[in-house]
Amino acid sequence: MVTAQLTPVAAPPGKPSKTDKRRKTVSRGKRRSNLLTLVMWLSVLYFILPLIWLFMSATKDNSDLFTTFGLWFGDDFNLFANIRDVFAYQDGIYARWTLNTVIYAGTAAVGATALATMAGYAFAKYKFPGDKLLFAIILGAIMIPLTALAIPTYLLFSSAHLTNTPWAVILPSLVSPFGVFLMRVYAADAVPDSLMQAARVDGAGEYRIFWTVSLRLLAPGMVTVMLFTFVATWNNYFLPLIMLNSGDLLPLTVGLAQQQATSTAGGGAQALFSTVIAGAFLSIIPLVIVFLYLQRFWQTGLATGGVKG
Amino acid sequence: MTTAIQRKQHLVAYGFILPFFAVFATMFIAPLAYSGYLSFFANKLVGGVKYVALGNYVRAFQDPAFLFGLGRTALILFIQVPIMLGLALFFALALDSGRARGSKAVRLLIFLPFAVPGVVAVLMWGYIYGQDFGLTGQITRALGLPPTNFLSDQLILFSIMNIVTWAFVGYNMIILYAALKSIPSELHEAAEIDGASQWRLAWSVKIPMIRPAIFLTIIFSVIGSFQIFNEPKLLVEIAPTAITQGFTPNFYAFNVAFVNQDINYAAAIAFLLGFVIMIVSYVVQLSMQKREVRW
Repeated sequence: MVTAQLTPVAAPPGKPSKTDKRRKTVSRGKRRSNLLTLVMWLSVLYFILPLIWLFMSATKDNSDLFTTFGLWFGDDFNLFANIRDVFAYQDGIYARWTLNTVIYAGTAAVGATALATMAGYAFAKYKFPGDKLLFAIILGAIMIPLTALAIPTYLLFSSAHLTNTPWAVILPSLVSPFGVFLMRVYAADAVPDSLMQAARVDGAGEYRIFWTVSLRLLAPGMVTVMLFTFVATWNNYFLPLIMLNSGDLLPLTVGLAQQQATSTAGGGAQALFSTVIAGAFLSIIPLVIVFLYLQRFWQTGLATGGVKG
Repeated sequence: MTTAIQRKQHLVAYGFILPFFAVFATMFIAPLAYSGYLSFFANKLVGGVKYVALGNYVRAFQDPAFLFGLGRTALILFIQVPIMLGLALFFALALDSGRARGSKAVRLLIFLPFAVPGVVAVLMWGYIYGQDFGLTGQITRALGLPPTNFLSDQLILFSIMNIVTWAFVGYNMIILYAALKSIPSELHEAAEIDGASQWRLAWSVKIPMIRPAIFLTIIFSVIGSFQIFNEPKLLVEIAPTAITQGFTPNFYAFNVAFVNQDINYAAAIAFLLGFVIMIVSYVVQLSMQKREVRW
């Protein structure tokens, strides 16, 4: 019996969702371990305490920030005053940074997803001369780190006088080799060949099949790629740092870092510490919400990469 | 299928991949080619920009700043990456065993730091590390321990490793956990019925089965280690003596390009860095394949 069941070891693992359900029925009968529970929750403290510190500090004024215990509230509750300061700083430039970040990350996510979906779909569903070579190039490109590419991209953009424009941040973010890889793996399973054949028999053209049949089946994979590019662009610091220099164009990451540098450098500007911390705290809320809300999608995305990568 | 239909399908496929490859060529290949070209020149005090062949690369291999940066990256690869991936694997296996209470919440909370932008993470840890006013200072004082300066020349590299570990354990854990979830459950049910312990089950059944996922996390960590930039760039404000110009290779490339204004040399360093990453990834891949035979 055991040997018979061990045979699928070499076979590719099945879809996570199915085993998930089967597993749940099994684990109900399992005994819980108090020791493991304790170890896990103690570990959680390491990951969560810095964020609790960030929240607590966002509720303090500058003097409480340095005199009261970091993991509890200060003498006064200043969260709303701090938020007011965040948005008042330099005539509300924080709102501008937020808007820029949303625009850059949103455009890059939609664009990169469109490009990656079409390419991944073609690699999964069509055979054409050069497909193996081109896909190998994409796999190789995954290995090249984006920051090693940033300075070369800057040099090219500056010779074309395109730096210090939104395009300088958006265009390089449109390329997602990992997105193509993910969509290829996803499309291979999600769009059955038989369905495409049936549509062909009905007289539908290839592009029509893509628009009316395949796209809907690809949607979950697309959300995953979109989420990942969105987060990557939202968090990107190196590229906008070197590409942009007008304050109006900065995203949150570069703006906050600049504000922090100002507050560390100048004794007179010291009042900024609590403003920076409150601004940092506010900036992570949208992403945390997106992640919690779209849990299912990033888990499938990482699963696809991990299982078949 | 006739060849006419085949040819039509080829054209359709090219149509689908064309947009991606057009952007890829201009935003990926062209910058690399252009900086490869720039890296063969140098701006001399006398005579202006001149062709120097591999001069910039020779210079990089004799440049202590660049080499020490690579050395620090090697320390990170050998100390921080194993700790981070070890923790990620332990958490993933623990969650997968289903023996801890509240594992869904545990999983989310450990992953949460990944949703925090790197800039905010470094900024936050910078405050926490503060010797006098930071959280670590408060805790050491409350425990009566001698004050420790986590931003000192000796400790800053480890403080940076801690930030990276904090941010990425959850991400790697999710990759490994997803792979564990996809192992057919009959496999370990059978082993459990046979009386295998959880440790034995993890070591002999689960870990061998998620090798591709482990490999992926190693490769991503290698690439990530060579890219470290945010940490030195932001911590240099509060630890100006500990963070040198060439603290990490990527930070060095930035300083050479934008502080020293030597774009030719910066292009060479960026290029070299990509090359080093490719070699290290390849070595990792080879050693993983060798191990496959043994398992």
